[in-house]
Amino acid sequence: MSLKYLQNVATLELDTEKCVGCGMCVTVCPHAVFVIEDKKAIIVEKDACMECGACRENCPVSAIAVRSGVGCASGIINGFIRGTDPTCDCDKNGGCC
Amino acid sequence: MTNDGLQNIGGTLPYSFNTIEYPKVPAQLDWADRFGSWRCRWGVDRMRYLVSPGIYAVGQPVAESPVFVSANYKMSFDRLRMELAGIDAWIMVIDTKGINVWCAAGKGTFGTDEIVRCVEEFKLADIVSHKSFIIPQLGAPGVSAHAVKTQCGFKVVYGPVRAADIPAFMAAGMAADAEMRRVRFPLADRVVLIPMDILMLAKPVVFIVMFFLLAGGFHKRGFSVSNCLHTGCASAGLFLLVYIAGGILGPVLLPILPGRAFSVKGVWVGLAVLLAGYLLGFRQLAGGFSLASWALIMPVVSSVIVMNFTGTSTYTSLSGVMREMRIAVPLQIVGAVIGIGLWITSLFV
Repeated sequence: MSLKYLQNVATLELDTEKCVGCGMCVTVCPHAVFVIEDKKAIIVEKDACMECGACRENCPVSAIAVRSGVGCASGIINGFIRGTDPTCDCDKNGGCC
Repeated sequence: MTNDGLQNIGGTLPYSFNTIEYPKVPAQLDWADRFGSWRCRWGVDRMRYLVSPGIYAVGQPVAESPVFVSANYKMSFDRLRMELAGIDAWIMVIDTKGINVWCAAGKGTFGTDEIVRCVEEFKLADIVSHKSFIIPQLGAPGVSAHAVKTQCGFKVVYGPVRAADIPAFMAAGMAADAEMRRVRFPLADRVVLIPMDILMLAKPVVFIVMFFLLAGGFHKRGFSVSNCLHTGCASAGLFLLVYIAGGILGPVLLPILPGRAFSVKGVWVGLAVLLAGYLLGFRQLAGGFSLASWALIMPVVSSVIVMNFTGTSTYTSLSGVMREMRIAVPLQIVGAVIGIGLWITSLFV
């Protein structure tokens, strides 16, 4: 059985105009969100996106936008308490992941 | 970084290359390596399990040999080197403050800047004649391959997600097939993470156990230690039972628990424990205010612990977790407050 998370929440966006079809997004994505078709990337599994940001960082023409961050309840609570972005650094001894 | 937590790697030998000596590490793990990994899985000195950043040799590497980039969390380093048996290679360990590749990439410490810095500091261009290195795919959230190339001249080749696929990746001429690029989350991967997931909330759990033990001593006519031992212990025990059940069954049953939100998956575990306890005739679950209180407390506790597993899982997104928490956390708080209210009421009726 496959593990699927919430639908219609991922902030991933691809600007097909800018895309040069290099395929780096296909290479780095751990959830097979992209495929290359007719020398352009397309998003085929947007709901599988975990917003890690790997595609955005490795797109040489900045065609990908995504709000990346930790998909972690404790991290979000930490950020909420401290008034910062969600962070893995649970306590002063280091991170939880 | 301090030397605190730096690990010696058993079987390390000096390896001389171009008149410079590098530590040569074996491609096999010894009992100390395995014990060290096991300790980390249980949270013992997990944040201080480091190897020194630098260049390491595996086998008999030469100028043409491939270079693998690794984090300086020793478990990451060990997972890499144990897959390099029969491969002559260099390992460049960068400083990720003892954090594994994927998490460090998310924080940016396994990233472009640190890689470029290490290429210069360790004079990688003087060691190898080629201009490329293999970076674990899960390092990609912190690395811009094109920026690395521009800044230090080295081409990033993304290796497979799992170190175990490195032999096949190398045999295929440094090519990963689609399956090697996918992150899965099979049972075995979920199970090893259970202890940390349970231990991560140890502080609030101890606090809540103390609350049940002490508050359980109150009754209509005041307070008695014997009630602490009876109602208090029983209540603390029920709380721990549902907490640990959530911590174990949540990850184990993750794919089959109904619902996509982890907080919803967790509720089912709590209800199952409640039903089991009722059928087994637990006195606390026999009826009245006590049963009503646990009917709320149990699903709330298991919902929280399984929701906490989002941070451990390999497929939840920030937007998704925020979406579910916006609904789940208020409900968990309301459920907990009413549940504790009913539980306190049950002490006095």
